[in-house]
Amino acid sequence: MNPDLDRYEGVIGLEVHAEMLTASKIFCGCSAAFGAPPNDNTCPVCLGMPGVLPVLNRRVVEFAVRAGLAIDCRIARRNRWARKNYFYPDLCKGYQISQFELPICEGGYLDIHVDETTKRVHLTRIHMEEDTGKNIHDAHGDSSLVDFNRSGVPLLEIVSEPEMSSPAEAGAYLRKLRTLVQYLGICDGNMEEGSFRCDANVSVRLRGATELGVKVEVKNMNSFRAVEKAIAFELERQADTLDDGGHLVQETRLWDADREETRSMRSKESAHDYRYFPDPDLPPIILSEDFIETIRRALPELPDARRERFVSAFGLPAYDAEVLTSRRDLAEYFEAVVAAHGNAKAASNWIMGDIIRLIHERKLDDAPIITDWPVPAANLAALIALIDEGTISGKIAKTVFEEMLTSDESPRAIVERKGLVQMSDESAIQAVIDEVLAASPDKVAEYRGGKEKLQGFFVGQVMKATGGKANPPLVNKLLMAKLKA
Amino acid sequence: MTTPLHDLTLAEASARLRDGSVSSEDLTEAALARIAATDETWHSFITVSADEARATARAIDAQRQSGAAAGVLAGIPIAVKDVIATAGIRTTAASKLLEDFVPPYDATVTTRLKNAGAVIIGKANCDEFAMGSSNENSAYGPTRNPWDPTRVPGGSSGGSATAIAGRQAYGSLGTDTGGSIRLPAAYCGVVGMKPTYGRVSRYGVIAYASSLDQVGPFGRTVEDCARMLGVIAGHDPRDSTSVDRPVPDYHAALGGDAAGLRIGVPKEYFIDGMQPAVEGAVRAALDTLGGLGATTSDVSLPHTSYAVACYYILATAEASSNLGRYDGIRYGARQAADDGLASLYRNTRALGFGPEVKRRIMLGTYALSAGYYDAYYLKAQKVRTLIRQDFDRVFADVDVLATPVAPTTAFRLAEKTSDPLAMYLVDVFTNPASLAGLPAIVVPCGRDEAGMPIGLQLIGPPFGEELVLRAAHAFEQATSWHRERPPEPAGAAA
Repeated sequence: MNPDLDRYEGVIGLEVHAEMLTASKIFCGCSAAFGAPPNDNTCPVCLGMPGVLPVLNRRVVEFAVRAGLAIDCRIARRNRWARKNYFYPDLCKGYQISQFELPICEGGYLDIHVDETTKRVHLTRIHMEEDTGKNIHDAHGDSSLVDFNRSGVPLLEIVSEPEMSSPAEAGAYLRKLRTLVQYLGICDGNMEEGSFRCDANVSVRLRGATELGVKVEVKNMNSFRAVEKAIAFELERQADTLDDGGHLVQETRLWDADREETRSMRSKESAHDYRYFPDPDLPPIILSEDFIETIRRALPELPDARRERFVSAFGLPAYDAEVLTSRRDLAEYFEAVVAAHGNAKAASNWIMGDIIRLIHERKLDDAPIITDWPVPAANLAALIALIDEGTISGKIAKTVFEEMLTSDESPRAIVERKGLVQMSDESAIQAVIDEVLAASPDKVAEYRGGKEKLQGFFVGQVMKATGGKANPPLVNKLLMAKLKA
Repeated sequence: MTTPLHDLTLAEASARLRDGSVSSEDLTEAALARIAATDETWHSFITVSADEARATARAIDAQRQSGAAAGVLAGIPIAVKDVIATAGIRTTAASKLLEDFVPPYDATVTTRLKNAGAVIIGKANCDEFAMGSSNENSAYGPTRNPWDPTRVPGGSSGGSATAIAGRQAYGSLGTDTGGSIRLPAAYCGVVGMKPTYGRVSRYGVIAYASSLDQVGPFGRTVEDCARMLGVIAGHDPRDSTSVDRPVPDYHAALGGDAAGLRIGVPKEYFIDGMQPAVEGAVRAALDTLGGLGATTSDVSLPHTSYAVACYYILATAEASSNLGRYDGIRYGARQAADDGLASLYRNTRALGFGPEVKRRIMLGTYALSAGYYDAYYLKAQKVRTLIRQDFDRVFADVDVLATPVAPTTAFRLAEKTSDPLAMYLVDVFTNPASLAGLPAIVVPCGRDEAGMPIGLQLIGPPFGEELVLRAAHAFEQATSWHRERPPEPAGAAA
């Protein structure tokens, strides 16, 4: 760590924009899906044509309440929409419909775990708003184009208090928040596609100081790593500047991922006056207790609760529970395997090892919800059952598993087709042992002369002779009996 | 001598269509001929949609001959204010910026007119983006008052009013934000009605001030207005501020008398400096209504004098935001960017908007700016509540309020253009009902010494359209002001 940073402490707050997984946009019936040809998902409303009016998609409110309840926020019973006025080509009406006073959620917190300690990060607010279109530069000579497919896609803006102090904490907070919105089914959390975006407010102050330093807003990070790197760079830049006797200015800076540095975009002096005022086209939203309670009752089990249950109900190590609950689909996959067979520890080992390796290799976790598992949960459960009932050994199981990746057959069918059933017949194994010992009389003599580590050699010979199918505990038992006889 | 076709009221024209003595094509040709003969002088229209009107008329005639059920307005030529979107017919909002804008969609009121069989004859002239009280703010030239072409027709729905006064259409739609239907109705001697806020959909109506804008009808008679209101009123899922409430049979509200009607007369609406003839005509109208069995009583709306200031803060604040979309990026007349993106906006808006629109955008931007919001916008919202409460209080005791529409009759062109404040004060008696979202109708009730029409404003409680229609109809039936017509323009074929 930079020595300068020892004298300073970082103060970091994050603003996350999460695109909601509603079928249609927030104020019109157009599809909110990502990836359509430019301007296909548009209509007069999300293009801001003269005279058109917004009509609220109620699902957006439901999703926002879901998030607020999961994060322990206070839910506002009376909500107002506000207009945020500014000019930009991707903003079709000259204003964005957002919330200003009276956001739907206030307060709440997330507990994050960094370096064996738990830290509580409080939230300031969560509000609903519409996304803008997207400007496309440089692709068409000196003209820029605008794609309005994203215009009107519903967003949740989730604002934390400035309570994180390191890039690691910011990363942990972001990952936790993404896991949560994915669990809640309200956002797919894809930073590369921009459905989960993060801006960071970063400042430094001398350790022990209570006043906040000059705040810099950092934008344009499109991965968790980029957020961590940009914050690390910015903390160091600010500490260096102060140590060199320089002044920091309140400004917005952009992260340049290629050069791994932040660059000034605009200073506070040129900041907008957004002239927020209540949107007269949309009446206030009044939420009933019934509405909120219905959503509360339908909340899925949240990651923290599930992690604790995995430890207490399945006896998993805390680390396993953390990994398995990091994605809702992964946790559900694990539970499906356990439900089909039991042996949670074996299920966890297979998933933590081979399954997660394959997920990464095949980039399956790019999808919001993994449906295309390397092997179906039922088959993984059946494989573990074959081991537990002694039909195959753990070693053979690895072979069967590889086969399962390219075959739709059940593990049992594969084992039978390939003749991989474990040899547990004592007389058959005994016969092999006799052959092995008879073939190496000198080694037998050495063993009996005290060179007991030769046991491994004999086991290996027996396994080799049986094509790995001999039941290992049985081999050991019979071999010892013979050698010690 | 028989009445020329263009002289029929909407109800009379409907009856003739039903009995088969005229066709929609006859009425449409009569209206188009009338427009061709007179609009050089009055300039009621920005666009005359002759081809579309003829095609619709023929289709409606064919439909009627085939015996299919005909809508309430089947075959009737109607003019539509040019801030109301009409698919395939250019909709300019009387602005240079939208000179070539042809919307791909209909406003909900346009759809409802079409569904009722109306023939849209053209797009009526108005003040740019409905901002004005004289129709002098149209980028396509002012509309002139048929009673005296040296005078204004009132605004902003001036062309919708003159089209009726001048017998160019059988009915028309306007919009009223602070008096934009009622003032031209009074100045032009026709009936005009602003419904309760939320009664008629605003979808597709180019927004000036969203919390105030409301579409309403103009007609030669109260009955004609009631027919059109019945067509355009009703909940629209595409307008979140439209109210889901059944639409009564407005026609059935007519024909009653004024017996037992309790009429309040707010003293704040009779002010020093108002034209004596206007006060005289309104007082005489009250006597007439009294003679018809209504009781009148003096009431007070103490916050009336704050209405104009309140209105011009709130309306311009909303306008400054509503007009942000006219940036030249997606539609409208874009000007070249000579110095980056900001210059594209600057040049487009500098050349596209007229002076009054710019003035209101600047006023509204100021009222919403950091540091001024509380003193202007928020304060005005509080005053708006007080004004609304004034009305709530008096409507506990009276059924309708009767007032003048403006302190004077129509003024001369250019008389007030150099004094925006004097122009704004024309709205002193119409702004309060707008701020309170109340229904109000204007019926002709006299002429001044120069022969210019005077209107009577009847204001009702929220969704009290039937009450004001009933009162207005009773008055109209007892008087003949609505039968008077302006002189033929010089040079027009009789």
